[in-house]
Amino acid sequence: MPDSKAIIQAEGLSKYYGDRVALRNATFSIAQGECIGFLGRNGAGKSTLLKILATALLPSSGTVRIGAHDAVSDPDGARRLLGFLPEEPPLYLEMTVRAYLTFLAKLRGVPGDKVASRVADVVAKTSLKEVIDDAIGTLSLGFRKRVGIAQAIVHDPAVVIVDEPISGLDPVQIVEIRNLIRALRGVHTVLVSSHILSELSETCDRFLLVDRGNIVAQGTEAELTKGHTKLSYEIVVRGTAATLETALGQVSEVTSKTVRADGENVHARVELSVDVPEKLAGKIVGAGLALRKLAPVPTDLESVFLEITGNAIKAENLGSAA
Amino acid sequence: MKEAWLIANRELAAYLKSPLGYIVAAAVLFIDGLLFNAFALSADNALSTDVLRAFFYFSSGLVMIASVLLSMRSFAEERQSGTLILLFTAPIREWQIVLGKFIAAFLMLVFLVLLSVYLPLLVFVNGRVSVGQIFAGYLGLLALGACTTAMGVFSSALTRSQLLAAVLSGGIIATFLLTWKLADITSPPISDALGYLALFDKHFYPTFTKGLVSATDLFFFAALSFLFLMGTTKVLQARRWVG
Repeated sequence: MPDSKAIIQAEGLSKYYGDRVALRNATFSIAQGECIGFLGRNGAGKSTLLKILATALLPSSGTVRIGAHDAVSDPDGARRLLGFLPEEPPLYLEMTVRAYLTFLAKLRGVPGDKVASRVADVVAKTSLKEVIDDAIGTLSLGFRKRVGIAQAIVHDPAVVIVDEPISGLDPVQIVEIRNLIRALRGVHTVLVSSHILSELSETCDRFLLVDRGNIVAQGTEAELTKGHTKLSYEIVVRGTAATLETALGQVSEVTSKTVRADGENVHARVELSVDVPEKLAGKIVGAGLALRKLAPVPTDLESVFLEITGNAIKAENLGSAA
Repeated sequence: MKEAWLIANRELAAYLKSPLGYIVAAAVLFIDGLLFNAFALSADNALSTDVLRAFFYFSSGLVMIASVLLSMRSFAEERQSGTLILLFTAPIREWQIVLGKFIAAFLMLVFLVLLSVYLPLLVFVNGRVSVGQIFAGYLGLLALGACTTAMGVFSSALTRSQLLAAVLSGGIIATFLLTWKLADITSPPISDALGYLALFDKHFYPTFTKGLVSATDLFFFAALSFLFLMGTTKVLQARRWVG
């Protein structure tokens, strides 16, 4: 059943290279204005999925609609709504930034009288004014990434797809590109992929977790962490590690614990079967330890991702062993 | 068609910014001049018409080599540098991309071929030349060049290595040049077909070098060019399955 609010709707998307499965039965929809993060390790299938969405690659099976256009049977209609930046920015190094953006604006159907203003607009948005008449081949990697983003939005597409935008950048460039991508939110529907989870959790509204060609989970950070929340506490006391181990051993709800001494402090991380922080505190204080910190550890997206993909690997190993 | 021109314009600018176009032009003009003086103006060619015939004979070889060198980058370079995805994700069709690439390489070849026009004009100094023979010869060179450029564009779509693309198109052109020899060792109707496919011996040398404009030969070159450009389009369409 098509979702009328969705700007991207994928159903049963699969991609095979011979016998190798790059993407298996991916189904999802993306609403207009959303910022979606595609998370997964290198080689998980993120780039394959994004290339299919960008109409650069045909799926082996399944359908994908961009707006009202089927990406396979009406690719030109879909392409007018899309801007795509692959992991390696596709740049004609001998061209100047201005000539490059002008060429792509014209190629993507921007009316002739609006090309100059569109180019000026994206140059301002991506802070490329100082290099606008420089040959792209002479620019740094950070500038090249910015030119890559500028080409993806020069025709003002409804959807912008960005694959691994920060790979290969230094910390300063990472901050610049992150801010640029954040600035796209609200103006465009943004699809961004990364294998660095923290990068996306700061930028995106919703996430699709991709692992070995499968979409293993999708939702907001709160939705994804909900079913995987563990009752974990971080403890810092002044005393000895042995005393703390003994005290924690007296709490029957503790399912696992790690204790390490660090100077005069002792740090511990425990997982509980039932949420009983007051009992933990009581046993620690009762053992004569000076309690300096007892704080719940929030479950982050990274933990969820590792748990989901770890479970998938275990299930696969069990299956193959059987 | 507008999109094909856009691509052709960008390609032409790239040719003019890279040393390749200039090196090929300089080499072709130098060798053309050398061959003209060494062979076309030799004592064996007493008549002006023979001088011109010899000129178009070796010029055709240079045109074929130049077309291979100019077309080898068409798609191989885009694939090597990863920029083909810009064309693949633009709202244009594969045939428009192919046409744009072909137009650019062919216009470079036309420019290069026309630079040599001063050589046959030199014959006017000491001889009587038919302008019609010069016109027909150049028309034949361009028709032959269009055909070998299309073969080069096709080869360039098959690989990401420009060198390999050049070797491939050289192989295809050599095959079409040598079909007359294969025709000698086969029987009809295969020998007829092979003989008909001979680019140079059947469709260029017997007519255009003598000053004859043959519509049949022009149609042959146009049809073969079209077939190779259509093949290139199919190769690009197939590439969408593998990325």
